[in-house]
Amino acid sequence: MFSSFMTNAWLVGTVVALLAGATGFFVVLRGSSFAAHAIPNGAFAGAAGATLVGVTPLFGLIAFAVAAGLGIGASRHHRSDVVTAMALVSMLAMGAAFLSLSAAYEPQVEALLFGEILGVASSSIAPVILISLACALALAYMYRPLLLDAAAPELARARGLNPAALEVGFMMTLALGSALTVPVVGALLSFSLTVGPPAAARLVTRRPGSALAASMVLSVATLWASIAASYQTNLPIGFFVGSLSALVYVIARVLTRRRVRTA
Amino acid sequence: MHWLIEPGLWSNDAVRTGVSVGAVVAVVSAVVGLFTVMRAQSFAGHALADVATAGGAGAGALGVAPLAGFVVGSVLGASAMEAIGVERVRQRDVATGVVLGGATGLSALFLYLITLNSSSTGSTQSILFGSLFLVSRTTFYVIAVISALVGLALAWLGRPLLFMSLSPDAARARGVAVRRVALAYTLLMAITVGLSAIVIGSVLSTALLIGPPAAALRLGRSMSATFSAAAALGVGAVAVGVVVSYDSYYWWASHRALPVSFCVVAVVVVELVAINLAQRVRDRSSSTRRA
Repeated sequence: MFSSFMTNAWLVGTVVALLAGATGFFVVLRGSSFAAHAIPNGAFAGAAGATLVGVTPLFGLIAFAVAAGLGIGASRHHRSDVVTAMALVSMLAMGAAFLSLSAAYEPQVEALLFGEILGVASSSIAPVILISLACALALAYMYRPLLLDAAAPELARARGLNPAALEVGFMMTLALGSALTVPVVGALLSFSLTVGPPAAARLVTRRPGSALAASMVLSVATLWASIAASYQTNLPIGFFVGSLSALVYVIARVLTRRRVRTA
Repeated sequence: MHWLIEPGLWSNDAVRTGVSVGAVVAVVSAVVGLFTVMRAQSFAGHALADVATAGGAGAGALGVAPLAGFVVGSVLGASAMEAIGVERVRQRDVATGVVLGGATGLSALFLYLITLNSSSTGSTQSILFGSLFLVSRTTFYVIAVISALVGLALAWLGRPLLFMSLSPDAARARGVAVRRVALAYTLLMAITVGLSAIVIGSVLSTALLIGPPAAALRLGRSMSATFSAAAALGVGAVAVGVVVSYDSYYWWASHRALPVSFCVVAVVVVELVAINLAQRVRDRSSSTRRA
């Protein structure tokens, strides 16, 4: 399980899970799960488009993820769920068109959607770590404003915070992080890590600092368990990431049941 | 003359069935979707399509009829979302997200099992992106009957649902069983989305559920006019999308047609943008007139 060809999977997986746990904390806090689902899916279309044109998929991923993030972020407070849905659907449809025009081989499509963590190339480790660090710095910079905006939006505005700029900034971070995670855990599953473990962490503790830490720990634990289980059983990693993320939330729900009810 | 409407388009049986099933699904999606948009449940509406996909893939892995898998999958998903809790908007967001994440994990498993057990390729793409032209006559009749039942149920639920969508507190005060009506509506939405996901894929299903109703609501007419407008926009998008997709076969020397899903979504987006722009121009001219 820890042989040399698995090293890249463990390393990149850990970085991706830490980032997903941190971003996910804010996603759950701000109620932007739909955007967190839509952006990686849009990024998937970008990768398909890049394959069609003959560019490196990462460029397509970043371009489409950023475009989706800008579009959704700019429309916040203005029927944002409809805009998110339409952005998602248009990008997925474009992905379908790109794929059928380029006649991509089906396993490649599945890899983009469900991830191919064992296929992480050594050359992609450095970019993954660099982009993750950039996202982590951006999140650290926005940490207090994001918390204030979620807890007391009027107070945040009174203190001179620009909620629209904050939303766009957060969406950009989400987009960069997604572009990075799509090739590793797949478009459909980078989302699972972004919602399940952070939502569980929020149930376990109310203090923001410890919830953020718990979210990152749970996310990494989920991914490690998934890699190990996938290695042992030969079943796709996506299955384990998706179901374990949901399971973590259900367990947290059951454990905190009494407290939720009395609160 | 290979121009706009290809000769022989309407004599093709697959196209005829495809257009009729697409039209039925477009009408039901538009009517159900109006409430989805008003209640800001787009995320749940989209997530249910993905959950239905997991059900469809599960049916494929088990060798059961896919239609049953799609509908059962999305109804189970809707029940799980309701069980986690939908009282507050934030909580609803998380509940939807957790169910969606778990369901995509299951689809990954089922699709993997399908590729293990069969030599047929293309199942992933046809499950995700649908295959309007591959619907059989019998499936069409089953879908038409279920759609009619959904329509009847919605007609019965319509008044209390509209009331509580516009003003939940007033509805509760007047004795509407808000929680039960909301649950019933989510289940109806699940059945609709499950039906449309098998016919047109989970992508297109969301497009028809959200796009035409959002555009129709923007027109700001009476309620019944809005329902008709949504249904007409949905059917129009399917019809135009099918024609364009059929025609696109001749556009490139490689003879690779554009997928139907892409064409229909493109028409829906054009409708939505055009109506938004037209309304904005009208709003501006009426406000200058007042000033």
